Amino acid sequence: MAAKTDKKPITMDTFLSGIWKENPVFVMLLGMCPVLAVTNSVANALAMGLATTFVLLCSNALISVLRHHIPKEVRIASYIVIIATFVTVVDYLIHAISLEIYNALGAFIQLIVANCMILGRAEAFASRNRLSGTLINGLGMGLGFTLALLCLGSVRELLGSGTLLGIPVFGEAFEPWVIMLLPPGGFFVLGVWLLLFAWIKERQIKRAAAGTGEAAAHAR
Amino acid sequence: MSTTASAEPQRPAPTSSIKLIGTLGLIALFSGLMVVSVVEFTRPYIAENHRIALERAVLEVIPGAWERREFVLTDEGVFPAGEAPGPGRTIHAGFDAEGTFKGVALEASGRGYADIIRILYGYDPACECVVGMTVLESRETPGLGDKIETDPAFVANFERLDARLAADGSGLANRIRTVAPGAAEHPWEIDGITGATISAEAIGSMIHRSADGLLPELAPHWAAFEQDIQD
Repeated sequence: MAAKTDKKPITMDTFLSGIWKENPVFVMLLGMCPVLAVTNSVANALAMGLATTFVLLCSNALISVLRHHIPKEVRIASYIVIIATFVTVVDYLIHAISLEIYNALGAFIQLIVANCMILGRAEAFASRNRLSGTLINGLGMGLGFTLALLCLGSVRELLGSGTLLGIPVFGEAFEPWVIMLLPPGGFFVLGVWLLLFAWIKERQIKRAAAGTGEAAAHAR
Repeated sequence: MSTTASAEPQRPAPTSSIKLIGTLGLIALFSGLMVVSVVEFTRPYIAENHRIALERAVLEVIPGAWERREFVLTDEGVFPAGEAPGPGRTIHAGFDAEGTFKGVALEASGRGYADIIRILYGYDPACECVVGMTVLESRETPGLGDKIETDPAFVANFERLDARLAADGSGLANRIRTVAPGAAEHPWEIDGITGATISAEAIGSMIHRSADGLLPELAPHWAAFEQDIQD
């Protein structure tokens, strides 16, 4: 199976698909647990996004390198062990870099191991493609995931605390919408972003269809 | 018949058990080496982070403190860390720039609304009162329960909270407790927080429990803290 797709060319789409067309959060709805749980501030969202990107890149790179040597019968078990290894690595690194961020992210760092996006990329892409393509695709997916977390984190922190990265934005008169920091706020903001994404995509499809129609009319 | 047999797709031969075990074994070996290397590499940095966080918290809850020193409370008395004759409870003491003993920082914990809350509070034997409080660990609701650490009015309760011992020294003279916001009438009462009743009450009861149990043991040994810095 690997040989069939190994020579898939690397294009701009290999990188960009994770950011827009196949965004793990807004399109594929993967990794919802950290998306809803740790996006109550921009700093937490950024830290979780970068940690997930690190695990995604490292684990998928190793899986891509070993793809011809891992028998298909034990591939899922192998992927899980590899992903868990890098999650443990990132857990200790964050603990060593900043105790504040480590405490704020809590158990959600360890829960990266259960993020479907990482195992999904390993099975659907890394196990079938060369290292270079895997790294580019993984970077795009990781950035797409981080951007999505930042989209949620910035809105929730802005409305829920009146700050952005801890800096007051609205002044003292602003009464924070505490609900935005609670789980219902996460669902609400995610719903609004999904609606916005769906609307933009629909507009793009309509424009493309209109363009095709015009081209066909001119040709006639 | 032979035509039918040749039309069927050929199944690949199953991988040998030895190869499966070997693959998983090698991946597990790599995983183990990687994790142990990272644990060893980050150990001093993590320890240093915890030391800095503890130092910061101790100096925060003891106003005027400049330096932190560790002591051990045993059945035989209070000793500087490393000189204790046996195991005991670690006590963090704060000293100012001139080396004057300013108070001790004590840890307390109890169940809040979401989970266990861990706090550090400062006690000054000169005024027999709690002089500061900081939250070490809490998973209280953001925007509500976490006001125990962000609400300036609530934190101000712990600038001079009466915690004097009873005449017989067996426990606190008065029960430290959290009351409704604005209802505190006595210096040992804490004004609560609207919307965070359980969290605020948890702080009051955990400080009372900790001080009531520990201060009677510490009270006979205050001189030992001042003695150490003079030595």
